[in-house]
Parts: sequence; C-alpha cells; structure tokens
Amino acid sequence: MLKVENLKVNFGGIEAVKDISFEVNEGEIVTLIGSNGAGKSTTLRAISGLVKPSDGKIIFEGEDITKIGSSEIVSKGITLCPEGRRIFPDMTVLENIKIGAYLRNDDLTNDIEKCHRLFPILKERENQLAGTLSGGEQQMLAVARSLMSRPKIMMLDEPSLGLAPLIVKDIFNILKEINEEGVTILLIEQNANMALRLADKAYVLETGTIAMQGTGKELLDNPKIKEAYLGKKN
Amino acid sequence: MNINQFLQHALTGISVGGCYALIAIGYTLVYGILRLINFAHGDIFMIAGYFMIFSFAVMPFPIAILVTLVATTVLGILIEKFAYSPLRQAPRMSVMISAIGVSYLLQNLATYLFTALPKAYPAIPGLKQVIKIGDISTSLVTILTPVITILLVVLLLWLVNKTKIGMAMRAVSRDYEAASLMGIKLNKTISFTFAIGSLLAAIGSILYFTDRMTVFPFSGSLPGLKCFVAAVFGGIGSIPGALLGGFFIGICETIIKAVGLSTFSDAFTFIVLIVMLLIKPTGLFGEKNIDKV
Repeated sequence: MLKVENLKVNFGGIEAVKDISFEVNEGEIVTLIGSNGAGKSTTLRAISGLVKPSDGKIIFEGEDITKIGSSEIVSKGITLCPEGRRIFPDMTVLENIKIGAYLRNDDLTNDIEKCHRLFPILKERENQLAGTLSGGEQQMLAVARSLMSRPKIMMLDEPSLGLAPLIVKDIFNILKEINEEGVTILLIEQNANMALRLADKAYVLETGTIAMQGTGKELLDNPKIKEAYLGKKN
Repeated sequence: MNINQFLQHALTGISVGGCYALIAIGYTLVYGILRLINFAHGDIFMIAGYFMIFSFAVMPFPIAILVTLVATTVLGILIEKFAYSPLRQAPRMSVMISAIGVSYLLQNLATYLFTALPKAYPAIPGLKQVIKIGDISTSLVTILTPVITILLVVLLLWLVNKTKIGMAMRAVSRDYEAASLMGIKLNKTISFTFAIGSLLAAIGSILYFTDRMTVFPFSGSLPGLKCFVAAVFGGIGSIPGALLGGFFIGICETIIKAVGLSTFSDAFTFIVLIVMLLIKPTGLFGEKNIDKV
C-alpha cells in the first residue's frame, strides 16, 4: 500500500535519513523504532510532504507521491498525527475535531460520534479550549483529529511521548481498535516494548538507515533488540 | 469647550477612529498569520485613493467604488505573492525588510506616476451631505464611517470564528505545520488574509479620503503608522483590539487637536506606542502566550 524506496532526506544540513526502504501493506500495523535522531520523524515528515526528500521514492497505492504537497497527500488518505500532538490550543475540542475533516465537505455527524465513542472524554470536554486538556487528553484529541480525514493509513509520531503508562496503554488499545476497523497504521515510537507488541511488522532505524527488520514478535525476542531498546539483559 | 462642541469633536474622533480601525485590522490580520508587520499596508491604503480618483474619472461612482475595492484587493494579493511568499522560509527580519521595501516602492511609484502634488479626491454623491442633529452639524460620511466599521468587524468576526476559511486562518496563524497536516493550503489561506486586509483598507480609504479631499503619494504613511500603533495598543493579532485601538487613537487625536494642541497630536500617538510597549507589550487583548516552546 505504502512503499518507501531508497529515501534520502537532508534536514538542517545533515543527512537525517540515508537510503531507507520499507513497505506497509494494507491492514497492517507497522512500526519504526529507534533512538533519538535515528531519522524516524523525518521519514514520516517526508511521507506527509512537510519536508522534501533529496532522493528516493514514496509510492502510495501504486502512485508516486514523492513530490506532491501536504494538502494533496491528506486528500489521498494519508494522515500524520504529529509528534508533540500539535493540537490547536485556542480552538475548542470540537473545533479541533472538525478541522481534521477540513478537506471533506460531507456530513461529519457520524465521524464525530465515532470519535466520541473511542474517546468519551472528548465529548465531555467538547466546548473546552483544547489547550486546557491534559497531555493524555490532548493525545486522544490529536488521534481523533487525524481520524476525521477518514485516512486509509494513519501515521503516528511518538503518541506515547510524555504520557503516563496507563494512558499509553489506553491509547495503544484504541490504535488496535482503529486498525481493526480497517485503517492501516504506521507508528514510530521510542517506547519499543509497547510498539513491538502491537505491530505486525517492525523496522529498526539506526542513524538514518534500517538496521534490522522482522515481525514484532521476532524483534521482541531478538537479544540485540532486548539489550539496546528494551533494557533487558539476557 | 461646551457640551455641543465636545460632542461635535467626539463624533469627528469616532469617525476618524473608524477609518483607523479598518486599517489597523489589516495590520492585525497579517501579523496574526505571518507574524509580519506589513509596513506596506498604509501605502496600499494610499494607492486605493488613487484607484478611486482614476476610476471615478471614467465611470459612474458605484462601479468606480467596486473597481477600487477589487483593484486594491488584487494589489494586496500580488504584493504578498511577489514580495513575501518567496521569503516563507527566511528569517522574519527579511520579510519585514521586504515590507519596508514595498512601502517605499509604492510611495515612489506613486510619485513617479502621479507626481507628488496632491490630487483632488472625488466627492461621492451624498456622502458629504450635511446632517444636523440638534446643534451639531456633520456630514453623512462622518456618521456612516463608524457604523460601517462596526458592521464590517461583526462580519469579519463571524468569518473568522464560524466559517471554514476562518478556521483555516486561525489554524495557520497558530501552527503552519499542523495546519498543513489537516490539508489546509497555506498559500491560499495567506492570500485570502491579505485580500481581506486590503479590502478593508480600500473601504477605509474611501471613507477617509472623502473627508480629507486630497491624496498624495505620502498620504498613506502617517495614517499607516498611526494604525499600526492602534493595532499594537489593542493587542496585535486581535480584531476587537484593533477596533478599540483605532477608535482610541482617533478620538484622542481629535480631542487633542480640539483643545488647541494640534502640533502635539501625532506625537501623542507615538507616546501611546512607547507607553504601551513598556507597560503591556501584548496590548489590551493581545495573545497571552506569544512564543510557544
């Protein structure tokens, strides 16, 4: 469904992504894990058109989307739930949800209801300014907002960042639910443990290249991964 | 000063203030979305004056007004396209210098094309009609200006808060990247913002020059600066702030002139700027958190 071929991205004068290739099939949950500066965020930003790759190709449903703008990429069914949530703090919770559907002109009632079903707290806080929500609630809002564009594939950049473990668990359960409803998920995480448990397929990024790949389970059991990312000694 | 004189001056002040408010909104909107003080805004206002003079000479006045509004709007969009949008990734200072450049360009272009001599502004039929309320006599335009201003502000607030494009404007002014991720087209939204700012400047220009009766290439620079002060006073980025700031500056200025301190009135405006920046840099209704981390 989404295929990244030999992607290279320069970012702030350094080559943040050097020649990475990976593939996401429809219905899968794929995760890219890796430490700070491995190039995970830059990869997602390149896919959503926020930064221009210097080389390589991004192919979505057979179509080359490497050069098209971020607005058009959203309309093709790719959405990015960005790092640090980036909700609009001076809009209400409901407005934030609605703005996720900016490119749609049809009726949003059902979609809003669906968001409220997944995240009941957002209904309760509907008229509150989004900036007043807690970190976990803001992350839920960011996920809900991304869903409103009716994505085929949803990319998430560090949804667990700065959140309490219980809330992270909630959010990951909901991601699973969203996936079961047919949305493909590409997730990047530093919380490798959670991400690998959830993922069908995983890639390990190290300084801009793919160091390892496999199913989530394979990597969870891999001694090297255990030592480097899961903090367990054999 | 008796009560009638006071009311007379207050009315004039409110009217001037209305024009100032319309221009100040242009500063505030553009600042809100680009974090840029558009120093060319006062000159767009001046050029709108010339558009009116020339179109009025060759066509009936309703069409001339329409042509002025459209031409000024297009001018605003073009300035953004050619002078600001290529600098989207540049430091903010570069864009500001570009804005100062555009301002001088427009002033000198107007001097070159239309000479520096003041040109008579056409009298739009009916607008200068004298109206008497009790002992106060004034012209229709003086009463009409604040009414139009407030109507336009109400309309603008509705546009910004209730419509989809307004939502896009608010999103872009808060966070470029997050807005793009929603599918919002940055350039389109920014162009739209300039269009509205310039349109309001054109309306302000018609009301202002009808009262002043002449236009010359520098007639936009001082009002432009005063309206910038008005926008800062109200809190740059805030539409109600610009409205309030415009009225405040307009009324104070007129009253200072009325008590015989005409030469001091412009100085007063800039003292307001300095005092405001010293005690409350975000203005009356300014954003609470200017820089996000």
